[in-house]
Amino acid sequence: MDEEWYDDDAGPVVRPYAVTGGRTRPAANRALELVALVSTTEHGRAMVRTLDPEQRNIVLLCQSIQSIAEISAQLNLPVGVARVLVGDMIDAGLVRVTRPARPSERPDVALMEKVLDGLQTL
Amino acid sequence: MDYRPSRPHTVGRQIASPAPSPVKIIIAGGFGAGKTTFVGTVSEIPPLTTEAALTSASLGIDDTSQVGAKTTTTVAMDFGRITLLDSVILYLFGTPGQDRFWFMWDELVLGAIGAIVLVDTRRLADSFPAVDYFEERDIPFLVAVNRFEGAREYRLDEVRNALDVDPRRPIIFCDARRRESVRQALVALVRHSLDVVTSEEAQRGLPRANTRVD
Repeated sequence: MDEEWYDDDAGPVVRPYAVTGGRTRPAANRALELVALVSTTEHGRAMVRTLDPEQRNIVLLCQSIQSIAEISAQLNLPVGVARVLVGDMIDAGLVRVTRPARPSERPDVALMEKVLDGLQTL
Repeated sequence: MDYRPSRPHTVGRQIASPAPSPVKIIIAGGFGAGKTTFVGTVSEIPPLTTEAALTSASLGIDDTSQVGAKTTTTVAMDFGRITLLDSVILYLFGTPGQDRFWFMWDELVLGAIGAIVLVDTRRLADSFPAVDYFEERDIPFLVAVNRFEGAREYRLDEVRNALDVDPRRPIIFCDARRRESVRQALVALVRHSLDVVTSEEAQRGLPRANTRVD
């Protein structure tokens, strides 16, 4: 199951201060996007009492789906730190993540039309 | 351009409900142009602020060998969230207020639908860096003139001339305090972004377009 993480698009989860120079690196080397969506797994819920405070806070927060940016803001963590914590928690099966289908390009037409429909009925 | 399905890949076990798709729109403009107000008016959560630590390596300096010499800067970004139908979650990111953090935008704008540049006509020049930035990178954007009490009313064509933006660039009035006005600005941006994609497709694709004589 863990192997699924290492698909072509995902790239490795790297330490935040190694990531900060990432703008000049190939796209495949990029860390979790600000809008990558994180949600707690059954396993994460089951493990909540055994976790250290930072991981526990993330497990509790992400019972409803949250982006990396929200995790960072809600828990007062720098974005880079939130990325590393979440990366480790994915490996441990505590959370799952949904990343943008095309992180470096505009969304495709079908998705943008969904956004348009959604905004029109908002 | 390939038309892969837009369904994002979900890591780990598949959940029963469809995987949500995250998308984002950038809200730019000068300091005090109303970015935070704009985001707050339409966000389903109180606008949040996150702080990203940047090192001097982020400034595009290739030599990172002198690790000890890096300086760290913290940049605050405001953002909000709107959950749309069909499991789409739209994030609105305000660009960091100070111009000297323009480099932070590169990560923010990557993969964005586009940007809205908010303009305060009393401080028009404050919006120049944002306009330049998105023009240079071919990122779809529109100009939204935020109306402030007591500010002189300009016509949109006057603002267009003053900003020197392309005639095809959408430019609208907007009241960042009014939800309906903000919603319409977002709709206008997504329409524009779709138009851009469509015209890019037309230019690239159809072979007969190359041979046609007007």
